[in-house]
Amino acid sequence: MEFQLPDFDLRVMMPEIFLFLWALVVITFDLSTKRRSGAAVAYLAMFGLVITGILLAVAGTGAGFGAMFFNDAASIFFKVIFLGAAFMAIGSSFGLLRQKIQHHRGEFFGLILLSTVGMMFLASSNELLSLYIGLELTTIPLFVCAAFFKDNRLSVEAGIKYLIIGAFSSALLLYGLSLLYGLSGTTDLLQMRINIATTHLNFREIGMLPMISVIMLVAGLGFKLALPPFHQWAPDVYEGSPTPIAAFLSVGSKAAGLIAFAKIMINGLQVFYDQVMAPSDWGILVAVIASAAMIWGNVAAIRQANIKRMLAYSSIAQAGYIMIGMVALNELGMAAVSFYMFTYLFANMGAFAVVAIFEDTTGSTQISSYNGLAKTSPFHAASMSVFLLSLAGIPPLAGFFAKYYVFASAIKMAGAADDKSWLYWLVGVGLLTSVFALYYYANIIKTMYFTTDESPYRLSVASPGSAMVLIGLIGVLLFGLYPTPILEFAAGIPEALGVVVP
Amino acid sequence: MVPIHAYLMLAMILFGIGAFGVLVSRNVIVMFMSVELMLNAANLVLIAFSRALGVVDGHVFVFLVLAVAAAEAAVGLAMIITIYRNRETINIDRYNLLKW
Repeated sequence: MEFQLPDFDLRVMMPEIFLFLWALVVITFDLSTKRRSGAAVAYLAMFGLVITGILLAVAGTGAGFGAMFFNDAASIFFKVIFLGAAFMAIGSSFGLLRQKIQHHRGEFFGLILLSTVGMMFLASSNELLSLYIGLELTTIPLFVCAAFFKDNRLSVEAGIKYLIIGAFSSALLLYGLSLLYGLSGTTDLLQMRINIATTHLNFREIGMLPMISVIMLVAGLGFKLALPPFHQWAPDVYEGSPTPIAAFLSVGSKAAGLIAFAKIMINGLQVFYDQVMAPSDWGILVAVIASAAMIWGNVAAIRQANIKRMLAYSSIAQAGYIMIGMVALNELGMAAVSFYMFTYLFANMGAFAVVAIFEDTTGSTQISSYNGLAKTSPFHAASMSVFLLSLAGIPPLAGFFAKYYVFASAIKMAGAADDKSWLYWLVGVGLLTSVFALYYYANIIKTMYFTTDESPYRLSVASPGSAMVLIGLIGVLLFGLYPTPILEFAAGIPEALGVVVP
Repeated sequence: MVPIHAYLMLAMILFGIGAFGVLVSRNVIVMFMSVELMLNAANLVLIAFSRALGVVDGHVFVFLVLAVAAAEAAVGLAMIITIYRNRETINIDRYNLLKW
């Protein structure tokens, strides 16, 4: 039998291949040098991320590996988010090098890079198999990173909880994928669309199976995105794991879950909702999850005394806001979701960078120990306030525009179709819970500013961690005042993801 | 030839046993084994459909899933050993320093 190899176009995969090799370089560099300065390893890893970003621009758009690997507007946009998240996570782990990570530094940074490679593969894959492998490559290194302080009881416990939940959710997802494969007869998402739309494939005749498949997929991806009722792991894991890893989980891993969700649920299955399930059925299922995320995340965050737990609940709520744009299932919605994730990168990574510096200096993650911080460390206190206000969605910060576009997309869709009026309710829940969110964010600002005490701690401004805070600050302010270029780029994403407007 | 429904039924039962094991068992190693059972249920679905459809995609998928499961088991068992050294127990209910 004549067997023809597919066209291996390595050009589009260059950034991933480079970053993968670079992760190995980082690990071997740490093994082969004297361990006096761990900072060199971290700088090496950050350098690799910058080079990967340049290669991403050089590689451009296109398809490779028999169209299994795509670089389009959506994947490039999300890859930039992943690289940014990894860069800022590594940048805020310099404090750990001094005390907590004396050994295996190469592994720590190498695993972050490998996880980033997984996310990048995920963003480029247009096919179930590579999507699954990408997702696993994203999470497995993060299990190890979460448990990296192996003598610290909290860290190990966080790792094991993340491991069990992560493995369980991957199994759910895989079961959903396997049914999807059988029902549509292909692993290729584009082909799947065509097969569902045109053929009389068993998709319609096989009873419960399509429904089971969709439920498994939503559950599996819901775990990855920490959406209720699959969110309980997030606060525990964020609290126990090293702060930069918690930050990376909350931004990088969430963005990866998001793009996987968009690819499977929208690119692959949108036709399915139109033809078999009413689109509003699917929408209401996800809308209920999104409202639960916004309500539960924001209400539970109010009670938290630990700032990492509070940020974990806040990120659950943020995932709920992101889902509003996803449910809207229109062009504006997908663009809004991508823009939201981009602003969230700066605000959340910045906030976690401040938390990391504070933890390295004081050893505390309690909100009460931020008392009077504004007097001794004005830069960090002011930056933290800006990040929190951006997360709350106060104009003119970037987070405001993100929330605005997400809500606008839902309102537009609700006005366009009669059976979508429930979207108004979703927007209503979103607006109402934003008020709760403002309360607990403002509470931290109050603790730092409006107190007569002076904090006994002074945070160092001249450190790599503070540079990361500065990057976050610039991002939040710049894209708040001038979001146009990002919005213009994000406008190409819905088309790349194949959003069909009914 | 055994009809495909039989395979799907068997896979669903296996998956159910696995999911039940994860949710009910308190022993971390048993939970981990149950997850492997769930993965194998998915593998069975892939193989069954692959044969029924007459394409090899599913077979290839299964090999890679097996490799991923092996990687996950390697990391998972290493972490279970670490936490055993730390706590001297593998009962998940005793891992309660972080509120579950």
